[in-house]
Amino acid sequence: MVVIGAGQGGLQLAESLRTEGWTGPIRLFGEERFAPYNRPPLSKALICGAVEADNLIIRGADFFTKKGIDLSTGTRVAAIDRELREVVLADGTRVAYEGLALATGSRARTLPLPGAELDGVVVLRTLDDALDIERRLATVDSVAVVGGGFIGLEVASSARKLGREVTVIEAVPRLMARAVSEPVSAWYADLHERHGVRLMLSTGVTGFSGVDGRVAAVETSRGPVAAELVVVGVGVVPDDDLARACGLDCDRGVIVDDYSRTSDPAIVALGDCTARRMLDGSLLRLESVQNAIEQAKSGAAWLMGKERRFTATPWFWSDQYDVKLQMAGLSAGQDRAVTLGAPAEARFSILYWREGRFVACDSINRPSDHMAARKLLDRGTDLTADEAADPAFDLAARARAA
Amino acid sequence: MVGVVFIEPAGGEVELDATEGWSLMQVATSQGVEGIDAECGGSCACATCHCYVEGEAAAALPPPSEAELAMLEHVVAERRPSSRLSCQIKAAPTIDGLILRVAETQS
Repeated sequence: MVVIGAGQGGLQLAESLRTEGWTGPIRLFGEERFAPYNRPPLSKALICGAVEADNLIIRGADFFTKKGIDLSTGTRVAAIDRELREVVLADGTRVAYEGLALATGSRARTLPLPGAELDGVVVLRTLDDALDIERRLATVDSVAVVGGGFIGLEVASSARKLGREVTVIEAVPRLMARAVSEPVSAWYADLHERHGVRLMLSTGVTGFSGVDGRVAAVETSRGPVAAELVVVGVGVVPDDDLARACGLDCDRGVIVDDYSRTSDPAIVALGDCTARRMLDGSLLRLESVQNAIEQAKSGAAWLMGKERRFTATPWFWSDQYDVKLQMAGLSAGQDRAVTLGAPAEARFSILYWREGRFVACDSINRPSDHMAARKLLDRGTDLTADEAADPAFDLAARARAA
Repeated sequence: MVGVVFIEPAGGEVELDATEGWSLMQVATSQGVEGIDAECGGSCACATCHCYVEGEAAAALPPPSEAELAMLEHVVAERRPSSRLSCQIKAAPTIDGLILRVAETQS
C-alpha cells in the first residue's frame, strides 16, 4: 500500500490499514522534511513560541518501526501510473502499489498582486512557514494580516499576545464569513478590537510596497497600512495536481464519495485535497482535522475491501486569545437561531435551524454545548427552535436523553 | 523523566518515561499507545484521549479545569470519578508512577 502525503490524514490512513488487518508493506511519502505533525497549533501556540516544533510531531520514530510503516520525508511523488499501478518519485524511482491513498493536502492561496514577492509577505501552511513567522515576529513591531478567517485571526491573536501592533484587512464586511453566522462574526470583531487589533472590513488589498526589497506597507482600497510583516491568510487550494495528471475525476479537489473512493477503485483520497460528493450531488470541501481523520478511516477500510461510510457531523474549532470557538454542523443557509448563555460573559452557544431542521451549533467557551450538539446532530434529532428557546431548556440533558 | 504506565484497552501495559512538561496524551501518542485518538492534538476540544487514572500518584494530580470537566461530561465510554483527559495532564515529578487505564472506546 502506498500513501502520498504525510500529514495527519496520511498518517491516520497508514495506521488504519494496520487496524483493518493489512500486514503487507506500507510506504508513506511526505514532501516536507518533518515526520507527520499536528498542524492546528501552528497559528496558535507555535508562532508565539509557546510550544516547540518537537512537541507537534505526532508519532516518535519507534512507532513507525513498530507498526511497519515506511516513512520517507522530503520525498516528492512526481506522477501516478494507474495502468502499471506504480507511483513515480521525483528521482525516477518507481514504487508499485496494490492500493493507493492520496493525502496531498492543500496549499495556501497567494495573492497575485504587485509586491507579493517582497521579503516579509508570507503565508502560513507548513511547520517551516510557522517557524519562519515565529522568527520574524520576534523582530518586527507591526503586523498586517490579510484575511479575516480562522488562520488570519489566530495569527492576529498570537501576534497581539506578543505585543505587536496588528491590523486585520478583510475584503468582505464580516469575519469568518464562510464558517459562522453574523452574530458570531460581530462578537469576534468586538473581541479583536478589545484586544487592540485594528480591523479593516470591506477593504480590498491592491498590492504591497516596500523599501530595499522588504515590505513596508499593504496597499488597500482605504489607503496604505504600514506593516513590517504581512501574513496572507486567504484560504487554501486543494493539491490535486497528481490526481488530475493521472486522469482522476477532480473539481477543485479530488472527487470522492462517502467511502473516500475516487474514480479509480484502487485509489482513495482524503483530507484537504478532496471534494466530497454529497447525496444531493453537490461537492463539499472541508478543511479540518476531523474530515481528514474520518476520510482516512473510510479510505483504509475501502482499500481492505470494506465499506465504512463517513456520516459524522462536521466539526471544527478555533482558539483566539483565551476564547475557544467550537462549531458543529454547517450553519450556511440557516433561517432561525436560538442563543443559549450569555454573550456578554463570553460563554454562549447559538443553535441554528434550516427549514425547521436543527443543522448546526456554534459554541463560544461552552464545550459541553458543542459536544451535546454534535451528539444530537450525529443521531438525527427532532429538536425544535421553540423547545430550545424555552428558558428551562438544557441542551446537555437533551443530548443524554437522545 | 517521569515514569507513567498506560494500560491499553486490550490489556497491554506500556511503561513510558515522560518528558517533564509534555502532556500525557503526547507521551502516549508519540509512542503509539493504543486506544488514544486525540483528534484535536491536545486542545481540549474533542474528548478522545479519555483515561482512568489509578495508583497513589492519582491523588497528586491537579484537579481538572472547568473546560476539562465540561468535555468529560461527553466522553463516549463510561465516565467515572477517575476519568481524565490525558491531554490536560502535564508530566511532573509529583505524578511519577501514575497509571492511566485507556478508556475502552473514544468515539
